[in-house]
Amino acid sequence: MQIKPILSALRRHKSGTILIALQIALTLAIVCNALFIVHERVDKVNRTTGMDETNLIAIGNDYVGAPETFAPLMKTDLQTLRSLPGVVDAYVTNAYPLRQGGWSTGVQTDPDSKKEGISTALYFGDDHALKTLGVRLVAGRNFNAGETQVVGRDQQPGSPQIIVTKALADKVFPDGNALGKVVYMAKGKPSTIIGIVEKLTSPWIENNYVDGDYVVIMPVIFDSSFQNFLVRTQPGQEDAVFKAIPQALYGANRMRVLPEKLGVRRFEDVRARAYEADRGMAILMSVVCGVLLAITAAGIVGLSSFWVGQRRKQIGVRRALGARRSDILSYFMTENFLIALVGVIVGVILAVGLSQWMFTHFEMKRLSLTYVAIGVVALLALGQAAVFAPALRASRVSPVEATRSV
Amino acid sequence: MFGYYVELALRSLKRSRALTALMILAIALGIGACMTTLTVLHVLSGDPLPGRSGSLFYPQLDPRDMTDYEPGTDLPDQITWVDGMNLLHSRRADRQALMVGGQVATQTADQRTDPFFTQARYTTADFFPMFDTPFRYGHAWSATEDDARSRVAVISSELNDRLFNGQDSTGRTVRADGNDLRVIGVLRHWRPVPHFFDLNMGNYSGSEDIYVPLGTARDLHLARMGGISCWGKGSGEEDKMETAECTWLQFWVQLDSPAKATAYRDFLTHYAQEQKAAGRFQRPVSVRMLDLMGWMNDQQVVPGDVRLQAWLALGFFAVCLINTIGLMLAKFMRRSGELSVRRALGASRGSVFMQLLMEAGMVGAVGGLAGLFLAWLGLWLVRLQPAMYAQLAHLDVPMLCLTIALAIGATLLAGVLPAWRACHVAPALQLKSQ
Repeated sequence: MQIKPILSALRRHKSGTILIALQIALTLAIVCNALFIVHERVDKVNRTTGMDETNLIAIGNDYVGAPETFAPLMKTDLQTLRSLPGVVDAYVTNAYPLRQGGWSTGVQTDPDSKKEGISTALYFGDDHALKTLGVRLVAGRNFNAGETQVVGRDQQPGSPQIIVTKALADKVFPDGNALGKVVYMAKGKPSTIIGIVEKLTSPWIENNYVDGDYVVIMPVIFDSSFQNFLVRTQPGQEDAVFKAIPQALYGANRMRVLPEKLGVRRFEDVRARAYEADRGMAILMSVVCGVLLAITAAGIVGLSSFWVGQRRKQIGVRRALGARRSDILSYFMTENFLIALVGVIVGVILAVGLSQWMFTHFEMKRLSLTYVAIGVVALLALGQAAVFAPALRASRVSPVEATRSV
Repeated sequence: MFGYYVELALRSLKRSRALTALMILAIALGIGACMTTLTVLHVLSGDPLPGRSGSLFYPQLDPRDMTDYEPGTDLPDQITWVDGMNLLHSRRADRQALMVGGQVATQTADQRTDPFFTQARYTTADFFPMFDTPFRYGHAWSATEDDARSRVAVISSELNDRLFNGQDSTGRTVRADGNDLRVIGVLRHWRPVPHFFDLNMGNYSGSEDIYVPLGTARDLHLARMGGISCWGKGSGEEDKMETAECTWLQFWVQLDSPAKATAYRDFLTHYAQEQKAAGRFQRPVSVRMLDLMGWMNDQQVVPGDVRLQAWLALGFFAVCLINTIGLMLAKFMRRSGELSVRRALGASRGSVFMQLLMEAGMVGAVGGLAGLFLAWLGLWLVRLQPAMYAQLAHLDVPMLCLTIALAIGATLLAGVLPAWRACHVAPALQLKSQ
């Protein structure tokens, strides 16, 4: 294939050529950055919590009134929940993964340190917590029923026994052997690590407060009006339990509010709500990519068709002089390839620049080159696919056209 | 002449329907995406109190001890009770209010009604005139009632509708966490966007439903909500909040002239120096006082995703526009023959140019209308989202005008290059080659 005649022909269609190349460049820059965002969001949405999320129900509950203590109310509610048919276990807590709201506290090994310590999510629970959450204990033991204490709103919680995640154990004690070691979360209150769980995430999906899966579970019932219950059901019983919970709880005590949206929720709803924005962004980006590619393809088809129509006479002349159909076809294919090539080269520069700009302005990661490569291949292929139909039409131009005027 | 151009344009557009449809679609999609995201951005980054925000300021102090001190660290976002009360009572600004958010179980005096939770704001008298809250019935409380810790409340019109069926409820009783408060005022619908005076409640949270004097709320132990940040011995125990080493209140001032703002800044610095001399403050003296919009900017109120989407949509629109320029170029150049005949018959270059621009403008107008429809659809989709700001996404008149102007302007711009190229074709050459 001779490239020189193509180039000299393109020189006569400068504006059109530049426009297509520019469109391809911009499309490439936007598409590979958008796909990269999609990839990041999908990764985020697919992160696991370390829990067994099936057959799990979360309840947000607010007691109305101001009794001396809420502890007996919670005890009654727990009994009510645990005795519901189809319920495996239940416990009461301040927060749980994906809840998007919870407590963070500093953990340190030195009781007199002036520093803040390692920021950690704090979950309350009792001996039923691990079973309900469905997390795996990799070392040590669970809490005993006797270790649970009621902590008031005016006290700083710091129980003698705690269970931590492996991530936190490794962070605080890089040498291993965290089990049995003492850490401090409140002044003068040593806590011994009695158990280590494999994985459990903090309540937040962004690392704003805690930069890893750093979690401490304390055997504490926090004496306040707002509480969260987690309920594990037997397989297949989730729906029945879900429907039975409000009535059972209101039956036990009417002075409460189960908030409309954050009251009784299946855990899949908790997950869906936590990641709603990220999923929305991923879908939006995907749609934009799709539409952008479609428009670019349509643009190439339109402009190529026009060029074919404009050059019918020349094509006829070439055919009359002995060019085969495949020559004409490959002429247009090559022409498009050359334009697209210029487009993607400019596009790669734009894409990297755009990524750099987003990196500084939106705290995003830098674009991975895989995505640039995918984008380049996709746009070159798109160009070839889009030009194929007009090129085929061009190849069918009869040599007779050379003799016709108009 | 105008009618003739319109007719020519229509004919030409009809001749290649697919191409026309593609151009209109590209413009419509570009406009639709752009206007949807720009409207969301416009709503979210808007001024919550137009005309007033320039004279509202948010003073910040640094009362923390030296633990973890590093030069250049950010000041606390809120203020302690002691500093708040000192600044409030010094009355150096035209107006000033100290406040914190909360949540109370609300019901009427009728025992049979079920209590429900409402967002509350515990604040001081100037809150209402300073933020220009509209009243439907009654009035705000005064500094006297603040000092007396009176059992009074101002409620929102939404709460008034729910509790009192929208009647004038001033003088009646609303029960908050079991405490009887006398309603002295009912607001009209009031929802500043963003929820600027307390971002802890969510940047785009709805307004509170019940307003109680700060002192009264502390007396009655009404539940407090929002951010709290402590150091040293501060622990956030509810009963000791007044003396705790914790920042947990918001303090706003109104200063009607730049001179007063400067004077207030000096006063703040002086206050901080005084506190340092007295040993209460330990860090090097540092104060800041941003105005309302400056504070919104500093707190990065507009979500990053929304800004990103707006930029993405602009890029998308650019591609659509380039696409349209390309197609329009193809279309106009294809008609070189026809245009040459017109030129040869005496049409000036200018009139050919106008004729082609007319065609481009028509594509723009139709594309713009379709884009408007798409934007309306897009905003409807946005409103289905769960985010707190989603329900605010409505097209307003300025954005509507901008949409139409953008569509026609962009397409005319897109038509200029192709039309200019087409009207410069040498007629003789074209006619000869045919």
